[in-house]
Amino acid sequence: MKNRRKSTLLLVIFAALALCLVALAGALMASGAGIADFTRKNLPPGWGHLFGTDWMGRDMLGRTLAGLSLSIRIGALTALLSGGLSLALGTACAVFGGWVDGCISWIVDLVMGIPHILLIILISVACGRGFWGVTLGVVLSHWTSLARLVREETLQLWQAPYIRMARQLGASQGEVFRKHLAPHLFPQFLTGVILQFPHAILHEASVTFLGFGLSPEQPAIGVILSESMGYLATGRWWLALFPGLSLVLVTALFAGVGERMRLLLAPASAQE
Amino acid sequence: MKHRLKFTARKLVRIALLLLGVSLAAFLLMDASPLDPLQTNVGQAALGSMSQEQAARLEEYWGMNTPPAERYLNWLRDALRGDFGTSLLYRRPVLEVIGQRISNSLGMLVCAWVLSGVLGVALGVLAGTRRGRWPDRLIRGGCLVVSSTPSFWLALLLLMIFSVWLKVLPIGFSAPVGTETAAVTLGERLRHALLPALTLSVTGAANIALHTREKVADVLDSDYILFARARGEAHIVCRHVLRGVALPALTLQFASVGELIGGSVLAEQVFSFPGLGQAAVAAGLGSDMPLLLGITVVTAALVFGGSLVADLLYGVVDPRIRRGEAKI
Repeated sequence: MKNRRKSTLLLVIFAALALCLVALAGALMASGAGIADFTRKNLPPGWGHLFGTDWMGRDMLGRTLAGLSLSIRIGALTALLSGGLSLALGTACAVFGGWVDGCISWIVDLVMGIPHILLIILISVACGRGFWGVTLGVVLSHWTSLARLVREETLQLWQAPYIRMARQLGASQGEVFRKHLAPHLFPQFLTGVILQFPHAILHEASVTFLGFGLSPEQPAIGVILSESMGYLATGRWWLALFPGLSLVLVTALFAGVGERMRLLLAPASAQE
Repeated sequence: MKHRLKFTARKLVRIALLLLGVSLAAFLLMDASPLDPLQTNVGQAALGSMSQEQAARLEEYWGMNTPPAERYLNWLRDALRGDFGTSLLYRRPVLEVIGQRISNSLGMLVCAWVLSGVLGVALGVLAGTRRGRWPDRLIRGGCLVVSSTPSFWLALLLLMIFSVWLKVLPIGFSAPVGTETAAVTLGERLRHALLPALTLSVTGAANIALHTREKVADVLDSDYILFARARGEAHIVCRHVLRGVALPALTLQFASVGELIGGSVLAEQVFSFPGLGQAAVAAGLGSDMPLLLGITVVTAALVFGGSLVADLLYGVVDPRIRRGEAKI
């Protein structure tokens, strides 16, 4: 497995399959995961319940899978939305220049000046918490770095001889963008979006953990972990360990794929 | 020297404008909130049993009747004079609350900040100089896992291991429960700050190490390192690589201020540490507008201040920038 292209392709296929499986399993188990059964409460992990059960007798494996599935779906939604936002604003900066560039760059600085978690709290409060609060919060706080990258990349390309020539020959802006810019931007953009995935998932879980995100009756990892806080001192370690560990696994899978793709697309390290 | 002063002045004006923007944005966001501050703080039942008059007085107290534009301008006028209003939850001036909270967590934050920088650069240089060998693989893998770990879960894990299982460290708060503030010794404070600081420095160090590794690799591939090697120089890492990564490392270190404060919100929540981050969560959950606004502006000022210090230190570190030959 010396070839980075081949191993990356395998990793991508494996990650995609694993994530789809988790998302699907979680969605199927979501209805059953909330069922309380007081005859089997507080069971430590064992063969019947791999992740143990909580104080209401809910199976932690089911709750964790349902939570991961929700996380993956929210992560996908937010990464796509914030990716789109950064693409639009980044290229607008580079193409229009002047005061448009100044305005958007100022907003980028502004957003970067507030720590992510604080900004998400503010936006979530503005939306009245809940699903849309956390989704909008993550989208509106995560677009800045990718927008900067797209802006710089487009600025460079916009001055490239072949694009200047195309414009001299009378190609419209839309045409130049579609035919000449997009093929160059796409790989970078895709990597950026994939690398946003882990951030989005982690921030969603964090904000939910603090109580600003998804509501307590939803099966979210943040909710599970914040509930487990009350039971740690009594030694029920499995309530926090396994759900958190599975979240780390899912996030690391995304981060690993993004990192591999970045290395593969960067000319300096592609042939290593 | 003159151009450095001009540069600093321009930066300061920009920071002032950005702070104005941050306060306006935060104000608008909180104003748009559909959460009724009366209901969240007084509770539905108590609100129902209240007389019209009492409810009206409370609405006045939470400032629900003044139009938003007027409220913002009032706030801005007072803020410029150094009065950030009164916290509705703590019933004390906002600046006093923030000051007390910062003094609680400042030591912990500074420790975590320094530790994450030192650890990050050391690991990054170690990995970058041994590219592809086992130290590099180990460090890179570790950093990837740590950066995929939510900091609050790391905090929970440390809590489970050191406080519940091994019982060697306290489970929360910044001082032992039931002792007077004056009677708390430095050692006890340190013991309470150890786990939060450890959480924050581990999460911070991973990011810095990964970036430093890339920079070290870039420098090692450069022509001047090849030349130095050809001349048979010893101590290439100390003489050339560390200098080469100094600027990006500085930027990263000061840019991490924001993430550190963000992380402290989570870590403090897990360890019930009465710092600035915990106050932010309390203010957000309780719709305490003046306090949340104050915390946002103070945090943003710290972040912008950090990037200004980094810009100024560039001049100290790099003679070309000091003389105005090179722009950043």
